Formats: sequence, structure tokens, C-alpha cells
Amino acid sequence: MTTATDTIADVHDHGDDHHDHKMTGIKRWILTTNHKDIGTLYLWFSFIMLLTGGAMAMVIRAELFQPGLQIVEPDFFNQMTTVHGLIMVFGAIMPAFTGLANWMLPMMIGAPDMALPRLNNWSFWILPFAFGILLSSLFMEGGGPNFGWTFYAPLSTTYSNGSTAFFVFAVHIMGISSIMGAINIVVTIMNLRAPGMTYMKMPLFVWTFFITAYLLIAVMPVLAGTVTMVLTDTYFGTSFFDAAGGGDPVMFQHIFWFFGHPEVYIMILPAFGIVSTTIPAFTRKKLFGYSSMVYATSSIAFLSFIVWAHHMFTTGMPLAGELFFMYCTMLIAVPTGVKVFNWVATMWQGSMTFETPMLFSIAFVILFTIGGFSGLMLAMTPVDFQYHDTYFVVAHFHYVLVTGSLFSIYAAAYYWLPKWTGNMYSEKLGKFHFWCSLISVNILFFPMHFLGLAGMPRRIPDYALQFADFNKWVSIGGFLFGLSQLIFLYVVIKCIKSGEKAPAKPWDGAEGLEWTVPSPAPYHTFSTPPKVD
Amino acid sequence: MQNNQAKSTEQVSKQVKTGTTKLVFTVIAMFGFGFALVPLYDVFCDITGLNGKTATEATTYKADHIDKSRLITVQFISRTAQGAAWQFKPEMNSIQVHPGEMKFVKFYAKNESGQHAIGQAIPSVSPGIAANYFQKIECFCFNQQPLKASEDVWMPLQFYVDPELPEDINELTLSYTLFDVTASKDS
Ligand code: HEM
Ligand SMILES: [Cu+2]
Repeated sequence: MTTATDTIADVHDHGDDHHDHKMTGIKRWILTTNHKDIGTLYLWFSFIMLLTGGAMAMVIRAELFQPGLQIVEPDFFNQMTTVHGLIMVFGAIMPAFTGLANWMLPMMIGAPDMALPRLNNWSFWILPFAFGILLSSLFMEGGGPNFGWTFYAPLSTTYSNGSTAFFVFAVHIMGISSIMGAINIVVTIMNLRAPGMTYMKMPLFVWTFFITAYLLIAVMPVLAGTVTMVLTDTYFGTSFFDAAGGGDPVMFQHIFWFFGHPEVYIMILPAFGIVSTTIPAFTRKKLFGYSSMVYATSSIAFLSFIVWAHHMFTTGMPLAGELFFMYCTMLIAVPTGVKVFNWVATMWQGSMTFETPMLFSIAFVILFTIGGFSGLMLAMTPVDFQYHDTYFVVAHFHYVLVTGSLFSIYAAAYYWLPKWTGNMYSEKLGKFHFWCSLISVNILFFPMHFLGLAGMPRRIPDYALQFADFNKWVSIGGFLFGLSQLIFLYVVIKCIKSGEKAPAKPWDGAEGLEWTVPSPAPYHTFSTPPKVD
Repeated sequence: MQNNQAKSTEQVSKQVKTGTTKLVFTVIAMFGFGFALVPLYDVFCDITGLNGKTATEATTYKADHIDKSRLITVQFISRTAQGAAWQFKPEMNSIQVHPGEMKFVKFYAKNESGQHAIGQAIPSVSPGIAANYFQKIECFCFNQQPLKASEDVWMPLQFYVDPELPEDINELTLSYTLFDVTASKDS
């Protein structure tokens, strides 16, 4: 009998994943337990979600191109901001990281596969259903979720338009998928490292995924609990968040952000791992301060649990609480600063070349730091009273998530495309994609800082006249950025179809076990573990 | 720091299984923790009075003196929740009290829904930190208030402000929201 918890040994012993035969056609993809296949599925899925969520962003920017209501109803506008956020967080960024983990972790630690291959298949294949449910609710009577990706009660309970149940089930499934993926990552790293690879010899990429997986295991269940409470409040008469029945809507925010803040680090720690891989490769130097990177990552993960209320400064907390959360939040800037310092120190006096992955990585370091700085501004309680719920917050989290997380994912994709496909991508087109993205993303998000400082509220389909000029630029930047991402699709397809053959190690300075196997990586690698010393 | 030098597949398989089991239990525990946050939050706020919730049961008068040197303004706000077709208002918008001094205020309620209904008022004090110093000897919010169609009632509130109230607070707001809880009572 086979079960989802079969370990790698069971799956391989029973021979249903035999060396020289892989299933063909659609069945290969549906039944696969191969980490590379599953990685590929995750990556394509997340790219499709990026385009889907991107299309919604285009609706938002089209509506905001001019003041006044032109294109969509306010209620539909709210559905767009909500579903855009949910899709980008849970559908684009997180699955992209899981996809990279699947592809690269086993190869980097010299393991033949993930430790729980069948569970791996499940983790991926429930995802399309989650997003199917979420997206289908947009077409139902009453419309999809319109209460923001943060689904604050009572917006999602008392004032729900009827989409709450669909939203909750979709989030449950996404959560289960992430939890299974995280468990798999942890047991793989703990048990399947090649002989000689001690924890402190693991590539930093592996470390960041290890820590992220722990964060996921700790907070995704809390999210599941939160949506469950929202569900029972809405449909079964409980009153966790309803003052009439003795509950408290502010408590919703506490519980949500207890998940929510670690969640934002779930979306950035793997990015740290990626640029800590690519920067040394194109600098032809070792990563500066490896062990300080490990400790910085761990302390960021720890601190992320005690800063959640910086999202709630304006809810009327007492002074002591505001100060506590303000200082803890600012404390995070210290380990983050250590990281930025180490990346710059790695580049210092290196012999750098600027292939596409390196360009995205350098842009990451600079632009993520801008996002970190606006985060520090928001962390100051007194000024957050002005900035809260304005476009300044929107600018902040798009700098850390788009030019941070997404750019790192692009860096990773360009870096490992030769290993995945066996072909080189077109460097010219890759650079074109980079420069188009870099310029448009700044036209898109930089003016949002000014809009926020001037007082434009977020999540509103209309605005006062004085914001018109900046919004026009933001929208133009948005359309350009959206279009630029199609270049990436073209680059990838061209690379698969007609790219030049890639050598086993196409990058001069690249290090790691994944470069010791041929390109494309054979279907099965490291069936006997390599020796690491 | 151990490494898996020469570990057999069975060993690895077993380690993977125990590792997985532990993690699954962690997941279940964290799911429970999410729910445990609810009572924890209530206890925390109860002790600190941070969320502006006042006691849900009457207390007795415990102040040892009346502090004539301070004068506190207590504002009253009343509103009805969505779906509660009631009139609901205090007899006065605000009152001045010395800490330790007992006051009696009435609130008027009338059922305008055209049918029998049950109301429940929920109090909230702001600034939140003052909630623990606002002591109610008697309050209509401790009980539900049934009213027949068009029936009305004057409802009592008897309170004092604890003389220990922090120095920097000299104005506090007591706000009541009246909810129609007929549906949840009938079923
Ligand atoms: C230097 C580190 C950071 C600091 C000090 C910081 C601080 C803050 C603060 C204070 C807020 C609340 C603003 C408000 O609502 O008034 C905020 C919002 C946010 N931050 Fe950060 N942040 C940092 C890094 C990050 C990173 C790395 C990410 C994600 C990759 C991130 C994602 C977000 C998101 C998504 C929100 C908005 C949530 C929402 O209300 O929808 N932040 N940040
Ligand atoms: Cu945060």
C-alpha cells in the first residue's frame, strides 16, 4: 500500500519511480513524485498566478489612472485589491520559493529526492484547487472576497458579501499545502544531507529555506485557526470577533498579525538565500561572513514573532505597548543590516561580471534596502499615525516584495535555467527584461511614497484631484512593468526551445553540488550520495 | 553536529518518519495555540484593562475617600448596532465627577422594531487604560433588556471613578452599543 507519508526509501524500493522509465504525457505530471518535476510544476504554477494577479493589478491601475470612477464599480475594485494580494502572496511568491526548494535543495545537499516524495505530490496538486475556488468566487452572485487580503473582522464576518466560505476554504487548502511543503523541507534537510555536510557547511540557500520552513510550520496553523474563527463567526453564530457576543474585533488583528508578520519574512528569507548564492558566483569570491549570515537569519526569524503589533499602532494601544513594538521592530534592522553589509562586502574588490542573475541580485540589494528604510519609517509609532493605511505602506511592501522577493526569484530563475533546461537563455533578452523591469518598477512604486506622504489612502477606487499627476505616472509604470514580465515568458520558452547547449557549470564562480551534475540535470541525481569534505 | 555517514536506508526512513511525526504534532499544537490566544487575550486585557472592556458584573463601592481636588468629565455615547431598530440615548451627554464620588445616570431605550425584541448593551471605555478604574455598582449592560413593540424604559447606571485613576486622565468616554440579540435568544 502506498500512502502520502511514504518516505523516499519506500518510494524508491517499490520501484514505482524506476531509473530508466518515467511516465509519459499528462500522467507523468499528475502522478510524479520526482522533485524536479514537482519543482517545475510549482514554478510554472506560480508564474501563471503572477500573470493572473498581475492582470488584476492592471484593473486597479486602470481605474486609478484618473480621478473619479471610470471603469469598475467600487465593490469590484475592492475584490481586485483583495484577490490581487492573496494571489501574489499565496499563489505567486510562496509557490515560486517552494518550487525552487524542490528543484534545488536535494541537489544542493546531495540527496536523491525530497524525503517525502508522495506528500510532495499532494502539496502541489491541492494548490490549483485552492486557487480555483478563490477565483471562481469572483464570478458568483455577490462577488468574491472584498475585505482586503488581511480580511479584518467585521468586514469579513458581519459585512461579508457571502464569499467568506469560499475564501476560508481556499486559504485552508493553501495553508495545508504550505505546511506539507515545509515539513518535507525540514525532514529532507535534517536527514538526507550527503556524508560530511554538516549544518555549518550547508549552502546559505539551504539554511534560509530550513528556517523559513520552521516559520511556516509555526504560523500557518495560526492562520488556519484565524480563518476558522472567521468562518464560525460568519456562519455558525460564534462571536470570537463580535462585540455583541463578548468578542473583540481588535483581537482579530492581533491573531492575524501574529501570523502576518512572520509571513512577510517567510517571503523574504529565501530571497536572502538566493542572493547569497548568486552574488558570490558572479563576484568570484566566497560569501563574506557565512556564519554571521546564519545567525542573522535566525535572529530575524525569532524577532519576527514579537513585532506583530507594528501593524496596529493606531488601534489605541497603551504607550508601553507602542514603545515595545516600535523598538523590537527597529531591532530587526540590525540583523538585516548585517546581511546587506555582507552582500556589499562580498562584492567589494571582487571580479564582478554582470549577467542577468547578477543584475537582478544587485537591484535586489539596493531596492530591498529602500524598502527596509521605508519600513523603519513606518516602525516609528508617532509618524505611523500619519503613514498608516496610505500609499506609503503600499510603496513599502511593494519595494520589499516586488523588487525584493520577486527580483530574487528572477535572479534564481536565470541562474539555474541552464541547469533546469540544459540550454542557455539569451543574455541579451534577459538583460532587456531586467532593464525594462527595473525602470518601470520604479516609475510604478517610487511615486507611491509621495502619494502616501501627501495623504492618499490605500484601497480606495477614487482620489482627490491633487493626486492625479502622480497616479498617472504610477499607472503608466504599472502597465510597463506588467508588459515587461511577458518578456520573461518569451525568454524561458526560447531557452527551452532553441537555447544554446549549456555546460555543466555555465558560471565561472558558481559553487555547489548542483553544478557537478550535467545540464540539464538528469531525472535522477545523487542516487549514491556524493562525498563532501 | 552529526552527519549521515553510512546510514542505511531503513535508518533514514525511520528518522524521516519520527521527524515528520514531531512536526505534525507541532502543527496541531500551533493550531491549538491560535485558539488559545482568545482566552489569553481576554485574561491579559482583563488584568490590564487594555481593550477598554469594563467588568461584566457589578462591584461594590470600595473607594476609601472622595478626591475633591480632581474633577473628571465622563462623556456618554450611545449608538445602536446594525439591525437594531431601537431608540437609545443617555439622559445627559456628560457629567462631572470627583474620583470616589458615586453617580447615577439613566439611559432611555425604546423598541421601534414593531415587534418584541431583546436588546443587549455593550460598554467600552476610552482611553482603554481607564477601563479598570471605571467601577459600575449597577448597570443595565449586565443584563439583557426585553421590550415589547413600542415599549420604552429608563435603564439605570450607577458608577464611581476609582481615585487611583492615573493623574494624566481627566476625561473619559463611556460608549454603549446596543445590539438586537432577539434572534440568538429565540433559537
Ligand atoms: C526592515 C524591516 C521592516 C520593517 C521595519 C517593516 C515595518 C513595517 C511596518 C511598521 C508596517 C506597518 C505599516 C502600517 O500599516 O502603518 C509594515 C507593513 C508591511 N510590511 Fe514591512 N517592514 C520591514 C520589512 C518587510 C519585509 C521584508 C516585507 C516582505 C517581504 C514586508 C512586508 C510588509 C507588508 C506586506 C506590509 C503591509 C501589510 C498590510 O497592511 O497589508 N515588510 N512594515
Ligand atoms: Cu510586519
